[in-house]
Amino acid sequence: MKIPLLLGPLSKNNPILAQILGICSALAVTAKMEPALVMGVSVTAVTALASLILSALRDAIPNRVRIIVQLVVVSALVIIIDQLLKAFAYDASKQLSVFVGLIITNCIIMGRVEAFALANKPWPSLLDGVGNGLGYAIILLLVAFFRELLGSGALFGARVIPEALYERGYANNGLMILPPAALILVGVIIWIHRARNKELIES
Amino acid sequence: MENLANIFVRATFIDNMIFAYFLGMCSYLAVSKTVKTSIGLGVAVAFVLLVTVPINYLINAYLLSPGALARLFEGGAHIDLGYLSFIVFIAVVAAVVQLLEMIIEKYTPALYNQLGIFLPLIAVNCAIMGASLFMQEREYNSIAETFAFALGSGLGWLLAIAGVAAIREKLATANIPAPLRGVGITFIVTGLMAISFMSFLGISI
Repeated sequence: MKIPLLLGPLSKNNPILAQILGICSALAVTAKMEPALVMGVSVTAVTALASLILSALRDAIPNRVRIIVQLVVVSALVIIIDQLLKAFAYDASKQLSVFVGLIITNCIIMGRVEAFALANKPWPSLLDGVGNGLGYAIILLLVAFFRELLGSGALFGARVIPEALYERGYANNGLMILPPAALILVGVIIWIHRARNKELIES
Repeated sequence: MENLANIFVRATFIDNMIFAYFLGMCSYLAVSKTVKTSIGLGVAVAFVLLVTVPINYLINAYLLSPGALARLFEGGAHIDLGYLSFIVFIAVVAAVVQLLEMIIEKYTPALYNQLGIFLPLIAVNCAIMGASLFMQEREYNSIAETFAFALGSGLGWLLAIAGVAAIREKLATANIPAPLRGVGITFIVTGLMAISFMSFLGISI
Protein backbone atom coordinates (compact mmCIF):
# COMPACT_ATOMS: atom_id res chain seq x y z
CA MET A 1 0.00 0.00 0.00
CA LYS A 2 2.94 2.32 0.65
CA ILE A 3 4.65 1.44 -2.61
CA PRO A 4 2.32 3.48 -4.90
CA LEU A 5 3.05 6.59 -2.81
CA LEU A 6 6.72 6.26 -3.63
CA LEU A 7 6.58 4.95 -7.20
CA GLY A 8 3.40 6.56 -8.56
CA PRO A 9 4.98 10.00 -9.01
CA LEU A 10 7.88 8.54 -11.00
CA SER A 11 5.83 8.04 -14.13
CA LYS A 12 2.06 7.94 -14.18
CA ASN A 13 1.45 10.68 -11.62
CA ASN A 14 4.67 12.58 -12.34
CA PRO A 15 4.67 16.08 -10.81
CA ILE A 16 6.03 17.74 -13.96
CA LEU A 17 4.28 15.69 -16.65
CA ALA A 18 0.89 15.00 -15.07
CA GLN A 19 0.37 17.56 -12.32
CA ILE A 20 2.26 20.38 -14.15
CA LEU A 21 3.98 21.51 -10.96
CA GLY A 22 7.49 22.79 -10.40
CA ILE A 23 8.46 23.72 -13.93
CA CYS A 24 9.27 27.22 -12.73
CA SER A 25 12.90 26.82 -11.94
CA ALA A 26 13.39 23.33 -13.33
CA LEU A 27 14.47 23.94 -16.86
CA ALA A 28 17.15 26.56 -16.45
CA VAL A 29 19.52 24.06 -14.81
CA THR A 30 19.24 21.35 -17.48
CA ALA A 31 21.96 22.44 -19.91
CA LYS A 32 24.33 19.93 -18.22
CA MET A 33 23.80 16.70 -16.26
CA GLU A 34 25.74 17.72 -13.16
CA PRO A 35 23.75 20.80 -12.05
CA ALA A 36 20.55 18.94 -12.94
CA LEU A 37 21.55 16.10 -10.60
CA VAL A 38 22.45 18.48 -7.77
CA MET A 39 19.18 20.35 -8.25
CA GLY A 40 17.18 17.10 -8.33
CA VAL A 41 18.78 15.83 -5.12
CA SER A 42 18.26 19.21 -3.37
CA VAL A 43 14.60 19.43 -4.34
CA THR A 44 14.00 15.81 -3.28
CA ALA A 45 15.53 16.51 0.13
CA VAL A 46 13.52 19.70 0.65
CA THR A 47 10.23 18.16 -0.54
CA ALA A 48 10.65 15.09 1.67
CA LEU A 49 11.65 17.01 4.81
CA ALA A 50 9.05 19.77 4.31
CA SER A 51 6.30 17.16 3.91
CA LEU A 52 7.53 15.29 6.99
CA ILE A 53 7.83 18.36 9.23
CA LEU A 54 4.59 20.02 8.15
CA SER A 55 2.70 16.74 8.40
CA ALA A 56 3.95 16.30 11.97
CA LEU A 57 2.86 19.89 12.76
CA ARG A 58 -0.43 19.74 10.87
CA ASP A 59 -2.68 19.73 13.96
CA ALA A 60 -0.80 22.62 15.57
CA ILE A 61 -0.95 25.02 12.60
CA PRO A 62 -4.00 27.34 12.48
CA ASN A 63 -5.57 27.18 9.03
CA ARG A 64 -5.43 30.93 8.39
CA VAL A 65 -1.67 31.31 8.76
CA ARG A 66 -0.66 27.98 7.22
CA ILE A 67 0.86 29.48 4.05
CA ILE A 68 3.26 31.62 6.10
CA VAL A 69 4.21 28.66 8.30
CA GLN A 70 4.85 26.54 5.21
CA LEU A 71 7.00 29.26 3.66
CA VAL A 72 9.05 29.62 6.84
CA VAL A 73 9.68 25.86 7.13
CA VAL A 74 10.57 25.55 3.45
CA SER A 75 12.86 28.60 3.46
CA ALA A 76 14.66 27.33 6.56
CA LEU A 77 15.28 23.98 4.79
CA VAL A 78 16.46 25.73 1.63
CA ILE A 79 18.85 27.93 3.61
CA ILE A 80 20.38 24.76 5.10
CA ILE A 81 20.71 23.19 1.62
CA ASP A 82 22.24 26.40 0.26
CA GLN A 83 24.82 26.58 3.06
CA LEU A 84 25.65 22.86 2.61
CA LEU A 85 26.14 23.33 -1.14
CA LYS A 86 28.34 26.38 -0.58
CA ALA A 87 30.45 24.41 1.90
CA PHE A 88 30.80 21.08 0.11
CA ALA A 89 29.97 21.67 -3.58
CA TYR A 90 30.95 25.28 -4.23
CA ASP A 91 31.21 24.95 -8.02
CA ALA A 92 27.77 23.38 -8.31
CA SER A 93 26.36 26.07 -6.03
CA LYS A 94 27.83 28.79 -8.28
CA GLN A 95 26.40 27.10 -11.39
CA LEU A 96 22.92 26.90 -9.88
CA SER A 97 23.17 30.56 -8.77
CA VAL A 98 19.71 31.90 -7.93
CA PHE A 99 17.94 28.61 -8.61
CA VAL A 100 18.80 27.17 -5.19
CA GLY A 101 16.89 30.05 -3.59
CA LEU A 102 14.05 29.47 -6.02
CA ILE A 103 13.43 26.00 -4.56
CA ILE A 104 11.38 27.94 -1.98
CA THR A 105 8.85 28.94 -4.60
CA ASN A 106 8.95 25.57 -6.35
CA CYS A 107 5.30 24.64 -6.74
CA ILE A 108 5.97 20.92 -6.12
CA ILE A 109 6.80 21.54 -2.47
CA MET A 110 3.84 23.78 -1.65
CA GLY A 111 1.61 21.68 -3.88
CA ARG A 112 2.43 18.38 -2.15
CA VAL A 113 2.22 19.93 1.32
CA GLU A 114 -1.18 21.45 0.58
CA ALA A 115 -2.55 18.45 -1.29
CA PHE A 116 -1.09 15.60 0.77
CA ALA A 117 1.00 16.31 3.86
CA LEU A 118 -1.60 18.44 5.66
CA ALA A 119 -4.12 15.60 5.50
CA ASN A 120 -1.90 12.58 6.17
CA LYS A 121 0.40 11.05 8.79
CA PRO A 122 4.14 11.88 8.72
CA TRP A 123 5.38 8.53 7.30
CA PRO A 124 3.16 8.44 4.17
CA SER A 125 3.90 12.18 3.72
CA LEU A 126 7.62 11.50 3.74
CA LEU A 127 7.20 8.79 1.09
CA ASP A 128 5.01 11.08 -0.99
CA GLY A 129 7.62 13.83 -0.73
CA VAL A 130 10.48 11.53 -1.75
CA GLY A 131 8.44 10.10 -4.62
CA ASN A 132 7.51 13.49 -6.03
CA GLY A 133 11.04 14.82 -5.60
CA LEU A 134 12.42 11.82 -7.50
CA GLY A 135 9.77 12.21 -10.21
CA TYR A 136 11.00 15.78 -10.66
CA ALA A 137 14.67 14.71 -10.64
CA ILE A 138 14.05 12.07 -13.34
CA ILE A 139 12.60 14.63 -15.75
CA LEU A 140 15.45 17.08 -15.06
CA LEU A 141 18.01 14.35 -15.75
CA LEU A 142 16.18 13.19 -18.88
CA VAL A 143 16.12 16.71 -20.34
CA ALA A 144 19.73 17.34 -19.28
CA PHE A 145 20.82 14.01 -20.84
CA PHE A 146 19.61 15.00 -24.30
CA ARG A 147 20.75 18.62 -23.99
CA GLU A 148 24.28 17.76 -22.90
CA LEU A 149 24.65 14.79 -25.29
CA LEU A 150 23.43 16.66 -28.38
CA GLY A 151 24.64 20.11 -27.35
CA SER A 152 28.12 19.40 -26.00
CA GLY A 153 28.67 15.76 -27.02
CA ALA A 154 29.37 14.90 -23.38
CA LEU A 155 27.71 13.40 -20.28
CA PHE A 156 28.59 14.66 -16.78
CA GLY A 157 31.35 16.66 -18.48
CA ALA A 158 33.02 13.56 -19.98
CA ARG A 159 33.14 13.43 -23.77
CA VAL A 160 31.17 10.47 -25.15
CA ILE A 161 30.98 11.22 -28.86
CA PRO A 162 34.24 9.98 -30.42
CA GLU A 163 36.68 12.37 -32.10
CA ALA A 164 36.48 10.36 -35.32
CA LEU A 165 32.86 11.40 -35.75
CA TYR A 166 33.76 15.10 -35.51
CA GLU A 167 36.48 14.58 -38.13
CA ARG A 168 33.86 13.24 -40.50
CA GLY A 169 31.86 16.46 -40.17
CA TYR A 170 29.59 15.83 -37.15
CA ALA A 171 28.88 19.05 -35.25
CA ASN A 172 27.31 19.71 -31.86
CA ASN A 173 23.84 21.22 -32.02
CA GLY A 174 24.33 24.67 -30.49
CA LEU A 175 20.58 25.21 -30.09
CA MET A 176 20.45 22.45 -27.47
CA ILE A 177 22.48 24.53 -25.01
CA LEU A 178 20.15 27.51 -25.34
CA PRO A 179 16.98 27.88 -23.23
CA PRO A 180 14.38 27.21 -25.99
CA ALA A 181 15.61 23.62 -26.42
CA ALA A 182 14.55 22.77 -22.86
CA LEU A 183 11.00 23.96 -23.52
CA ILE A 184 10.69 22.00 -26.76
CA LEU A 185 12.19 18.85 -25.17
CA VAL A 186 9.72 18.97 -22.28
CA GLY A 187 6.90 19.45 -24.80
CA VAL A 188 8.04 16.31 -26.65
CA ILE A 189 8.43 14.33 -23.39
CA ILE A 190 4.86 15.30 -22.40
CA TRP A 191 3.69 14.22 -25.86
CA ILE A 192 5.29 10.76 -25.54
CA HIS A 193 4.14 10.36 -21.93
CA ARG A 194 0.53 11.20 -22.77
CA ALA A 195 0.52 9.00 -25.85
CA ARG A 196 1.30 6.11 -23.46
CA ASN A 197 -1.06 7.25 -20.67
CA LYS A 198 -4.22 8.07 -22.57
CA GLU A 199 -6.25 9.13 -19.53
CA LEU A 200 -4.05 12.25 -19.15
CA ILE A 201 -5.00 13.65 -22.54
CA GLU A 202 -6.71 17.07 -22.32
CA SER A 203 -9.92 17.54 -24.27
CA MET B 1 20.11 57.48 -18.04
CA GLU B 2 21.70 55.34 -20.75
CA ASN B 3 22.58 52.76 -18.18
CA LEU B 4 19.01 52.66 -16.87
CA ALA B 5 17.57 52.25 -20.37
CA ASN B 6 20.06 49.47 -21.00
CA ILE B 7 19.05 47.60 -17.83
CA PHE B 8 15.38 48.02 -18.74
CA VAL B 9 15.77 46.69 -22.29
CA ARG B 10 17.97 43.80 -21.13
CA ALA B 11 15.44 42.75 -18.49
CA THR B 12 12.51 42.97 -20.90
CA PHE B 13 13.82 41.31 -24.03
CA ILE B 14 17.18 39.59 -23.53
CA ASP B 15 16.97 38.24 -19.98
CA ASN B 16 13.22 37.71 -20.27
CA MET B 17 11.88 35.97 -17.16
CA ILE B 18 9.96 33.33 -19.12
CA PHE B 19 12.04 32.81 -22.23
CA ALA B 20 15.52 32.94 -20.74
CA TYR B 21 14.98 31.73 -17.15
CA PHE B 22 11.62 29.90 -17.16
CA LEU B 23 10.50 31.79 -14.06
CA GLY B 24 6.80 31.88 -13.23
CA MET B 25 6.05 28.98 -15.57
CA CYS B 26 3.37 27.47 -13.31
CA SER B 27 0.94 30.36 -13.44
CA TYR B 28 2.07 31.07 -17.00
CA LEU B 29 0.82 27.63 -18.07
CA ALA B 30 -2.28 27.61 -15.87
CA VAL B 31 -3.68 31.07 -16.64
CA SER B 32 -2.77 31.62 -20.31
CA LYS B 33 -5.97 30.24 -21.85
CA THR B 34 -7.50 33.63 -22.67
CA VAL B 35 -5.86 36.98 -23.41
CA LYS B 36 -8.04 38.96 -21.00
CA THR B 37 -7.24 37.02 -17.83
CA SER B 38 -3.59 36.64 -18.75
CA ILE B 39 -3.20 40.41 -19.14
CA GLY B 40 -4.82 40.76 -15.69
CA LEU B 41 -2.29 38.36 -14.17
CA GLY B 42 0.57 39.96 -16.10
CA VAL B 43 -0.28 43.43 -14.77
CA ALA B 44 -0.56 42.07 -11.21
CA VAL B 45 2.85 40.36 -11.46
CA ALA B 46 4.47 43.48 -12.94
CA PHE B 47 2.99 45.61 -10.17
CA VAL B 48 4.12 43.29 -7.34
CA LEU B 49 7.60 43.13 -8.90
CA LEU B 50 7.79 46.92 -8.98
CA VAL B 51 7.00 47.07 -5.25
CA THR B 52 8.90 44.09 -3.85
CA VAL B 53 12.23 44.30 -5.69
CA PRO B 54 13.10 47.85 -4.50
CA ILE B 55 12.01 46.98 -0.92
CA ASN B 56 14.22 43.89 -0.99
CA TYR B 57 17.02 45.99 -2.48
CA LEU B 58 16.88 48.40 0.48
CA ILE B 59 16.76 45.55 3.00
CA ASN B 60 19.66 43.80 1.28
CA ALA B 61 21.79 46.94 0.98
CA TYR B 62 21.21 48.34 4.47
CA LEU B 63 20.68 45.26 6.65
CA LEU B 64 21.80 41.99 5.11
CA SER B 65 24.94 42.59 3.07
CA PRO B 66 28.27 42.07 4.84
CA GLY B 67 29.20 45.05 6.98
CA ALA B 68 25.93 46.90 6.38
CA LEU B 69 25.14 46.83 10.09
CA ALA B 70 28.23 48.95 10.84
CA ARG B 71 26.08 51.99 10.03
CA LEU B 72 23.67 51.10 12.81
CA PHE B 73 25.88 50.21 15.76
CA GLU B 74 29.50 49.65 16.68
CA GLY B 75 30.92 46.23 15.92
CA GLY B 76 28.32 45.66 13.21
CA ALA B 77 31.07 45.44 10.60
CA HIS B 78 31.78 41.81 11.48
CA ILE B 79 28.22 40.61 11.06
CA ASP B 80 27.14 39.04 7.76
CA LEU B 81 23.43 38.29 7.67
CA GLY B 82 23.53 37.24 4.00
CA TYR B 83 22.31 33.74 4.78
CA LEU B 84 18.99 35.21 5.95
CA SER B 85 18.19 36.72 2.56
CA PHE B 86 15.96 33.83 1.32
CA ILE B 87 13.68 33.89 4.32
CA VAL B 88 13.52 37.71 4.46
CA PHE B 89 12.80 38.07 0.73
CA ILE B 90 9.98 35.51 0.75
CA ALA B 91 8.49 37.10 3.87
CA VAL B 92 8.55 40.54 2.22
CA VAL B 93 6.92 39.13 -0.92
CA ALA B 94 4.18 37.36 1.05
CA ALA B 95 3.52 40.41 3.21
CA VAL B 96 3.42 42.85 0.27
CA VAL B 97 1.04 40.59 -1.64
CA GLN B 98 -1.27 40.33 1.38
CA LEU B 99 -1.13 44.10 1.92
CA LEU B 100 -1.78 44.88 -1.74
CA GLU B 101 -4.75 42.54 -1.73
CA MET B 102 -6.26 44.40 1.23
CA ILE B 103 -5.55 47.87 -0.23
CA ILE B 104 -6.91 47.02 -3.67
CA GLU B 105 -10.02 45.45 -2.14
CA LYS B 106 -10.73 48.55 -0.05
CA TYR B 107 -10.10 51.32 -2.57
CA THR B 108 -10.64 49.85 -6.05
CA PRO B 109 -13.18 47.01 -5.87
CA ALA B 110 -13.43 46.88 -9.66
CA LEU B 111 -9.72 46.12 -10.01
CA TYR B 112 -9.98 43.66 -7.12
CA ASN B 113 -12.66 41.72 -8.93
CA GLN B 114 -10.36 41.38 -11.92
CA LEU B 115 -7.12 40.62 -10.11
CA GLY B 116 -8.49 39.18 -6.86
CA ILE B 117 -8.12 35.51 -7.70
CA PHE B 118 -4.57 35.96 -8.97
CA LEU B 119 -3.10 37.88 -6.07
CA PRO B 120 -2.65 34.95 -3.64
CA LEU B 121 -1.08 32.95 -6.50
CA ILE B 122 1.56 35.63 -6.95
CA ALA B 123 3.10 35.11 -3.50
CA VAL B 124 4.59 31.82 -4.69
CA ASN B 125 5.27 32.97 -8.26
CA CYS B 126 8.94 32.24 -8.93
CA ALA B 127 9.26 35.34 -11.12
CA ILE B 128 8.82 37.59 -8.07
CA MET B 129 11.26 35.74 -5.83
CA GLY B 130 13.58 35.22 -8.80
CA ALA B 131 13.75 38.94 -9.56
CA SER B 132 14.75 39.69 -5.95
CA LEU B 133 17.47 37.01 -6.08
CA PHE B 134 18.75 38.28 -9.44
CA MET B 135 18.80 41.79 -7.98
CA GLN B 136 21.02 40.48 -5.17
CA GLU B 137 23.27 38.46 -7.47
CA ARG B 138 23.79 41.15 -10.14
CA GLU B 139 24.61 43.77 -7.53
CA TYR B 140 22.75 46.79 -8.86
CA ASN B 141 24.23 49.99 -7.49
CA SER B 142 21.28 52.29 -6.95
CA ILE B 143 17.57 52.21 -6.29
CA ALA B 144 16.97 53.71 -9.76
CA GLU B 145 18.70 50.73 -11.42
CA THR B 146 16.61 48.38 -9.32
CA PHE B 147 13.42 50.11 -10.44
CA ALA B 148 14.50 49.90 -14.10
CA PHE B 149 15.21 46.18 -13.66
CA ALA B 150 11.89 45.48 -11.90
CA LEU B 151 9.90 47.43 -14.49
CA GLY B 152 11.65 45.65 -17.36
CA SER B 153 11.18 42.19 -15.84
CA GLY B 154 7.50 42.80 -15.16
CA LEU B 155 6.88 44.12 -18.67
CA GLY B 156 8.76 41.16 -20.16
CA TRP B 157 6.63 38.70 -18.19
CA LEU B 158 3.44 40.52 -19.25
CA LEU B 159 4.53 40.43 -22.92
CA ALA B 160 5.27 36.71 -22.71
CA ILE B 161 1.99 35.65 -21.11
CA ALA B 162 -0.14 37.94 -23.32
CA GLY B 163 1.64 36.64 -26.43
CA VAL B 164 1.24 32.97 -25.60
CA ALA B 165 -2.41 33.48 -24.60
CA ALA B 166 -3.15 35.05 -27.98
CA ILE B 167 -1.51 32.08 -29.73
CA ARG B 168 -3.39 29.58 -27.53
CA GLU B 169 -6.72 31.25 -28.40
CA LYS B 170 -5.95 30.61 -32.09
CA LEU B 171 -4.70 27.08 -31.38
CA ALA B 172 -8.05 26.17 -29.80
CA THR B 173 -9.43 25.56 -33.28
CA ALA B 174 -6.29 23.90 -34.70
CA ASN B 175 -6.03 20.16 -35.30
CA ILE B 176 -3.33 19.15 -32.80
CA PRO B 177 -2.43 15.49 -32.09
CA ALA B 178 -4.47 14.48 -29.00
CA PRO B 179 -1.56 13.74 -26.59
CA LEU B 180 0.02 17.10 -27.41
CA ARG B 181 -3.08 19.19 -26.65
CA GLY B 182 -3.00 21.66 -23.77
CA VAL B 183 0.31 21.77 -21.92
CA GLY B 184 2.44 19.95 -24.50
CA ILE B 185 1.78 22.31 -27.39
CA THR B 186 2.09 25.31 -25.07
CA PHE B 187 5.64 24.23 -24.20
CA ILE B 188 6.58 23.87 -27.85
CA VAL B 189 4.97 27.22 -28.75
CA THR B 190 6.86 28.86 -25.86
CA GLY B 191 10.09 27.30 -27.14
CA LEU B 192 9.50 28.77 -30.60
CA MET B 193 8.67 32.18 -29.06
CA ALA B 194 11.88 31.95 -27.03
CA ILE B 195 13.87 31.32 -30.23
CA SER B 196 12.38 34.47 -31.76
CA PHE B 197 13.20 36.46 -28.59
CA MET B 198 16.80 35.32 -28.92
CA SER B 199 17.12 37.63 -31.91
CA PHE B 200 17.34 40.46 -29.34
CA LEU B 201 20.62 39.01 -28.03
CA GLY B 202 23.45 41.50 -28.16
CA ILE B 203 21.25 44.59 -28.36
CA SER B 204 22.43 47.38 -26.09
CA ILE B 205 21.63 51.05 -25.99
